Amino acid sequence: MTPGDPAQPLRRVDRAGIVIAMLLAALAAVLVWDARDLQSTAMYGMGPEAMPVLVATGLALLAIGNFIDALRGNLPARESADPVPVILILIGLALLIAIIGFGGGFILATSALFVTTSAAFGRRAVLVDSIIAIVMSTLIYLAFDRLLTLSLPTGPLERML
Amino acid sequence: MMDTFAALAHGMAVAIQPMNLLYALIGVFLGTAVGVLPGIGPALTVALLLPVTYKLDPGGSLIMFAGIYYGGMYGGSTTAILINTPGESASMATALEGNKMAKAGRGGPALATSAIGSFVAGTIATIGLAFLAPWLVDFAVRFGPEDYFALMCVAFVTVSATFGDSPIRGLTSLFVGLTLGLVGIDKLTGQARLAFGIPELLDGVEVTTLAVGLFAVGEALYVASRRHHTEEKLEPVRGSLWMTKEDWKRSWKPWLRGTMFGFPIGALPAGGAEIPTFLSYSTEKRLTKHPEEFGKGAIEGVAGPEAANNASAAGTLVPLLTLGLPTSATAAMMLAGFQQYGLNPGPLLFAERPDLVWGLIASLFIANCMLLVLNLPLVGLWVRLLAIPQPWLYAGILVFATMGTIAAKPSVVELSMLAGFGVLGFLMRRFDFPIAPVVVGLILGPIAESQLRRALAISLGDPMALVQSPISATLLALALIALLAPFVLKGLGRFKANED
Repeated sequence: MTPGDPAQPLRRVDRAGIVIAMLLAALAAVLVWDARDLQSTAMYGMGPEAMPVLVATGLALLAIGNFIDALRGNLPARESADPVPVILILIGLALLIAIIGFGGGFILATSALFVTTSAAFGRRAVLVDSIIAIVMSTLIYLAFDRLLTLSLPTGPLERML
Repeated sequence: MMDTFAALAHGMAVAIQPMNLLYALIGVFLGTAVGVLPGIGPALTVALLLPVTYKLDPGGSLIMFAGIYYGGMYGGSTTAILINTPGESASMATALEGNKMAKAGRGGPALATSAIGSFVAGTIATIGLAFLAPWLVDFAVRFGPEDYFALMCVAFVTVSATFGDSPIRGLTSLFVGLTLGLVGIDKLTGQARLAFGIPELLDGVEVTTLAVGLFAVGEALYVASRRHHTEEKLEPVRGSLWMTKEDWKRSWKPWLRGTMFGFPIGALPAGGAEIPTFLSYSTEKRLTKHPEEFGKGAIEGVAGPEAANNASAAGTLVPLLTLGLPTSATAAMMLAGFQQYGLNPGPLLFAERPDLVWGLIASLFIANCMLLVLNLPLVGLWVRLLAIPQPWLYAGILVFATMGTIAAKPSVVELSMLAGFGVLGFLMRRFDFPIAPVVVGLILGPIAESQLRRALAISLGDPMALVQSPISATLLALALIALLAPFVLKGLGRFKANED
């Protein structure tokens, strides 16, 4: 974050920063591509395509700004990150979405997420966590279903209640 | 002046109905319980608890919101003091001295001065809100669409560029939010934008999905990725909970000074409580009679910033209620709460639903009193919540976070968006992009667009209309200054650094 000291040798180009800049540029392109199909029906003033183009222009400028920052290595220092827990949680979220999508119900879906997240944070007692998760999500289900009368997705377990 | 008193009295009458008192109590309790969980700030607390209010009428739900809002703030400072993990940057100053106090066995007085300071600041600032709001409303009814557009430009710039670490990264966040705001059917022409043929996207991106994804899922992923770096340590609350006479003597002036910093800065559409809290911290550090204690647990360093934090939170309600302008992530979530009932805060709401607005303001007073009475005796319960093992805590947070989306829209697309925003939030934390501007961009982007289009339609397409109104010309000039100031100042800083 400190302004560059000219006496210092050139800092390394930040590759992640370059990727971010490219993603922003791609997003700008998508906006313009999407706005192409919009018909301006407004007699005066701006149509629906004007704002996307405006935002795309901003994104393109920011892509350049981020690109320059990355080239100069101006990004704040990052600590090392452990990808394994992140992937575990994402697997949990994918399981949740799949179970809901295939009609497995709320209890099974949230239990799967609970157990994978707990494992991502270093717990290895999968069986104990599964029991805790199922009890907890059943209670949440009952509270939502009976007290708040909000309907949550039902599956085989919910139908038994 | 008399009108304000009458309106406030009317609001009080609404707020003290037994059901509404119960809603306020539930709100305060839930808000504190969720806010106290490490890594959960007030904005996320409000986002997570939004589904709980789905089935209530708008009045009761907004009253519960007032409780959740203040409860979440109070819970956050408890976490900051006891385990030194401020859920948001506004609690950082509190964590600085408060955690040192807890380590020295003075956790009780630290919690007490923060609770009483929050009460004092919250009460004064809510009075400020009650008197400032009608005046601002009178002013705001004269705003044309071009003035609103200009006002939003000011908010965009101040929230993202002026007060962040890096204007480029802040603006990047804002534009990601503006992009998300474009998704869905264009209200004026009925054409779909950025929907890519997916029917669920036609309604646009849900604010709660975005906020919960960015804040809760993103935070869980981020904490999981760097679990090997930090060990959180919970400081037990030892000794007396009460403040000594000396503590009181050293606290009351910082409370008042913190309020004086917090409320005006919060009420400006400048966004964020970071500035007033740090201003208050450095002021107390300068004025204290015990400079040797600073950095080792000085009570002034907790009392001042905590008051500033709470006062600025009440301050952000001024632009939110009178202009519909959210200037912090928490205010953005409050606006989402209004919008779920089709209510748009602004001058019109004051005229059309005075019972609602003034009931909310009166509830802020009540929530404040409840917090003072509830929190110190219940501190043992909050501490136990803090002691939940991390795996279960984050697993529970994720279940709770997805539950809101599952209850509102149990579709694969919506849940995938939640997960996607989670990944986005993780990457933004990792690469140090601020998160609040995304949420503000999503909420304000569409409003700004419709005001701009309305202004240009009225002027028959002449863009000069934007600068012909004196109000909008002034505001646009302010926005431009606020946009360029950080770059200019940075350039000056570099210039100076080179000279040394």
